[in-house]
Amino acid sequence: MEKLNLVSESPSRADGLGRRSFLRYAGGVAVIGSVLASCSAPDEVVSKTPTNDLSKYAGARISNGITVNLGSGELGILNYAYALEQLEAAYYEMVLKNPYSGMTAYERQLFNDLRAHEQIHRDFFKAALGSAAIPGLTPDFSGINFNQRSVVIDVARQFEDTGVSAYNGAGKFLQTEAYLITAGKIVSVEARHASVLSELQFPNGNAFAGDTPIDGNGLERSLNPGAVLAKVAPFIQETITSGLMA
Amino acid sequence: MNLQNILNDLESVDGEITDRLAHVSRRGLFSSLTRKAVAAAAPMVMASALTSAYGQGSGLPGNVVDVLNFALLLEYAESDFYNRGAASSSLMVPMEYREMFAQIRKHENAHVRLLKSVLGSQAIAMPRFDFTAGGAFPDVFSNFQTYAAVSQAFEDTGVRAYKGQAGNLRNAPAILEAALNIHSVEARHAARIRMVRGNKGWINDNQATGLPQPIYDGENTTHQLGIEIIGLTGKSRAEVTEAFDEPLSKDQVLAIAGAFLAK
Repeated sequence: MEKLNLVSESPSRADGLGRRSFLRYAGGVAVIGSVLASCSAPDEVVSKTPTNDLSKYAGARISNGITVNLGSGELGILNYAYALEQLEAAYYEMVLKNPYSGMTAYERQLFNDLRAHEQIHRDFFKAALGSAAIPGLTPDFSGINFNQRSVVIDVARQFEDTGVSAYNGAGKFLQTEAYLITAGKIVSVEARHASVLSELQFPNGNAFAGDTPIDGNGLERSLNPGAVLAKVAPFIQETITSGLMA
Repeated sequence: MNLQNILNDLESVDGEITDRLAHVSRRGLFSSLTRKAVAAAAPMVMASALTSAYGQGSGLPGNVVDVLNFALLLEYAESDFYNRGAASSSLMVPMEYREMFAQIRKHENAHVRLLKSVLGSQAIAMPRFDFTAGGAFPDVFSNFQTYAAVSQAFEDTGVRAYKGQAGNLRNAPAILEAALNIHSVEARHAARIRMVRGNKGWINDNQATGLPQPIYDGENTTHQLGIEIIGLTGKSRAEVTEAFDEPLSKDQVLAIAGAFLAK
């Protein structure tokens, strides 16, 4: 089976999840409080720009003992993209298999679209890579409470932000024009996703193109493969290695 | 505003600059500057980082200068459009969209500053724009629906324009990366303004959503790298075409943007 294995819940996981999640949220509230308290200058506006911290959704760090090497060079970059698309597709599949209560018709349609786009990206990379493709990866979403709307949207938005920064940082490693253009065709769709999810999370502000992902020159921050792989490692049971730039 | 606040502002405004210039000490470079001065200096610092591999200005490869001036033309159009919109007393932007347009305007002005700094003396001057497009959009700065429509036209075209030029920047990796960093910002803008107009954030087939068709020509392709995606995935035409944004050539973009140049 090269498909992602989504039926990987261990019986003990549900018990541990509640308490871990509670502690995480309690910690999160404390951090938010201290940030607000530190914003004392009267002329400062507290930004509604979302923050990026995927690590708080890391689960029990389940490892299945398998190591997957993305390779290096252009094929390594394409496998890197394939790995990220696998993760995103698996995430939205999970969201729609376990819809949080109160999911609106708009939100359901949105997640349907996102799932379709990421599945298409995943299947496209697999086909394009052919025999050079890495195997299907096994997600670990054990630290994510899919019953909680705010969590589901926050993780989705962060995965999309991460995807955009990954593609933006990978373009310079693609010398074959067709690969570069194809990556460009995908990254702008990921950026559209990030925009729509950011707006859903923080409506009517500037979060859709916020000051966290975008710098003072109006440039969206890039990440190199090593930094991206470190961010997503908690959500993949395989250990990912590569000859790509850290 | 005390010193700590200024330093905090620098972190948020310019932290990325010094991140990219690891050899420059943040405090050594910025500690004596006010926030406003730093905001003005930011594109020059970034520009020097981008041009350092080529020497200043005139050292840029000719193909790169061409692409950057093409990008500058589009950014001039966008920034002038949003600046005029913000200045128009007869344009009623609904309250819930004001911060959004302010953010887009901020980015387009920053893109102009950055591109001008990178190009130096080789930068083209801003032409005169006619955002009514010769009378096609007579109420562009007094009717919000028209304003939003032209905004979507610029943003979706901008995404396609940058995408179409990426291949021409492969010999300048730092500038390619900066162009990609602009490209995704334009895509974020495009998705947001599309939703304001009642559209999905992504482009379904080559549907023009009431805008001139050339802006969306070619968005209906279902082949990628020679692979027929509908057959591969079993997904609908809408989903497949939404999942990939298509580039436009320079000539296609100039045909679209040319309508907004003052005659």
